[in-house]
Amino acid sequence: MSITVAAPSPQAGDSVGMNYLETPSRKFVTIYLPLIVFLIVLLFPFYWMGITSVKPDHELLSRTGNPFWVIAPTLAHFEKLLFRTAYPEWMWNTVFVSVVATAFSLAASVFAAYAIERLRFRGSKHVGLSIFLAYLVPPSILFIPLAAVVFKLGLFDTRWALILTYPTFLIPFCTWLLMGYFRSIPFELEECALIDGATRWQILTKIVLPLAVPGLISAGIFAFTLSWNEFIYALTFISSSEIKTLPVGVVTELVEGDVYHWGPLMAGALLGSLPVAFIYSFFVEYYVSGLTGSVKE
Amino acid sequence: MTTLEKLQNNRNALGMMFMLPAALLLVLFLTYPLGLGVWLGFTDTKVGRDGVWIGLENYEFLWGDAVTRLALFNTLFYTFVASVFKFVLGLWLALLLNRNIRFKTFFRAVILLPYIVPTALSAIAFWWLYDAQFSIISWVLVKMGLIDRYIDFLGEPWNARLSVIAANIWRGVPFVAITLLAGLQTISPSYYEASAIDGATRWQQFRHVTLPLLTPIIAVVMTFSVLFTFTDFQLIYVITRGGPLNATHLMATLSYQRAISGGALGEGAAISIAMVPFLLAAIMFSYFGLQRRAWQQGGQDK
Repeated sequence: MSITVAAPSPQAGDSVGMNYLETPSRKFVTIYLPLIVFLIVLLFPFYWMGITSVKPDHELLSRTGNPFWVIAPTLAHFEKLLFRTAYPEWMWNTVFVSVVATAFSLAASVFAAYAIERLRFRGSKHVGLSIFLAYLVPPSILFIPLAAVVFKLGLFDTRWALILTYPTFLIPFCTWLLMGYFRSIPFELEECALIDGATRWQILTKIVLPLAVPGLISAGIFAFTLSWNEFIYALTFISSSEIKTLPVGVVTELVEGDVYHWGPLMAGALLGSLPVAFIYSFFVEYYVSGLTGSVKE
Repeated sequence: MTTLEKLQNNRNALGMMFMLPAALLLVLFLTYPLGLGVWLGFTDTKVGRDGVWIGLENYEFLWGDAVTRLALFNTLFYTFVASVFKFVLGLWLALLLNRNIRFKTFFRAVILLPYIVPTALSAIAFWWLYDAQFSIISWVLVKMGLIDRYIDFLGEPWNARLSVIAANIWRGVPFVAITLLAGLQTISPSYYEASAIDGATRWQQFRHVTLPLLTPIIAVVMTFSVLFTFTDFQLIYVITRGGPLNATHLMATLSYQRAISGGALGEGAAISIAMVPFLLAAIMFSYFGLQRRAWQQGGQDK
């Protein structure tokens, strides 16, 4: 089964011969109006995060006035977050764990994908299939026994617990994605190089990898986002505040008792979302191709 | 030829070498824990104490346990309702984005945002949106005169269930929409031209051209969606922690509560393992049910 996600073909639905029936107002009602509603619903929580994070407490808790706007914006919540909580440390931990886990997974995946797709060693088909199956194992059925393993290895409550366990979902994903990219590189290129006396290593580094750069970027960006967003492992394997990751830190440490400090909470949620949103904005195309490639068989 | 060169030209040896880092890690941190989980499910292991084999006792206990039954019901309900909505809304959004519209790239980029930001963090935003006293949703509805009291989104069982489902749909629609959009873009325009010449209406085109050609990718996307919804953890953990009165506990959050918070590793593992048959059923259903149809319609085998 191969569904090639090609470059956008000329607007599929619209080259249809009955377009002249579509008046601008009708098009507005059937297309733009639903789209705008979708957009508002999908983006509103972010707006709400943003507006809440700059609202002073008395405005947050007042029942009068327009809650959609802020009269006297304040940075007090950010100030509290950055200077009176361990937030900067969580941020650093998340960056560190995500970068190391991604780099390691990407390297391991390049070798694995190349071996499965191009070396075609004995049993490579089965290995490819088991990589796909590994990709389908959800972390929420794995975290309990994995906690036992992490504990036995003495990694409990260390960053290494996360760096070593994140690859369990990153490697299958990256390998699967890269297999697709390697498959699209013509065999002839490798054969020519082999005839010219190149070793497999030279072929990998000088021919295959340069051609697979878009795939590497997709896999890297996606893996980074997945590690950044990971929650259940970080929640289970880490207990000391100073080595928590950002999502876990915000959820477990900023909620104190029954009084919810919505300002700092929203500021924390916003700041924690910005890095991935920022990276995403630069690599939208790579991200989308990673996303669609990941469900492609 | 040196040994190293020989090794480099032996595909099997080189293949093994290349597979080594990935295989080692996956065996140690994925395959082994998976087996360990199955074994733990048959023991009464507690945190800090090795357990002994107790056979099916955990499963027998869980079968009679009202909270576990409720969690199973919640999980099935959550997965079913959220998946149906994600599919319908996602497909609709994909069809809209596939039209000839202005700012298409902008729309497509922005729509994925809910999917890429950390779920735990957007869940906090939902928690705030659902606040009993200060919910903006209630505020708007009151101002519009639709309700006269603030809605207790998370305090009442059915409200809470539907609220977390709404949050899950919000997060999952972009994924379904963008992947289905990629599928839509592979459908050749000539099909639409041909059917238009034959006088097909838009609905007929959708029903007899778009839908059949999209079936294979729908099958894959929805399998993933069902899989991740069924095993969801973050949203519930952050928004309700399973409450009120366990009304929103899913299998995953319940297993966390029993195993990590409560220390009953064996029992928690049994709950996790009990999810596996459902997941396999979902995969099988989409693989054999929907994939075969695609194959019969002239798709290629792998």
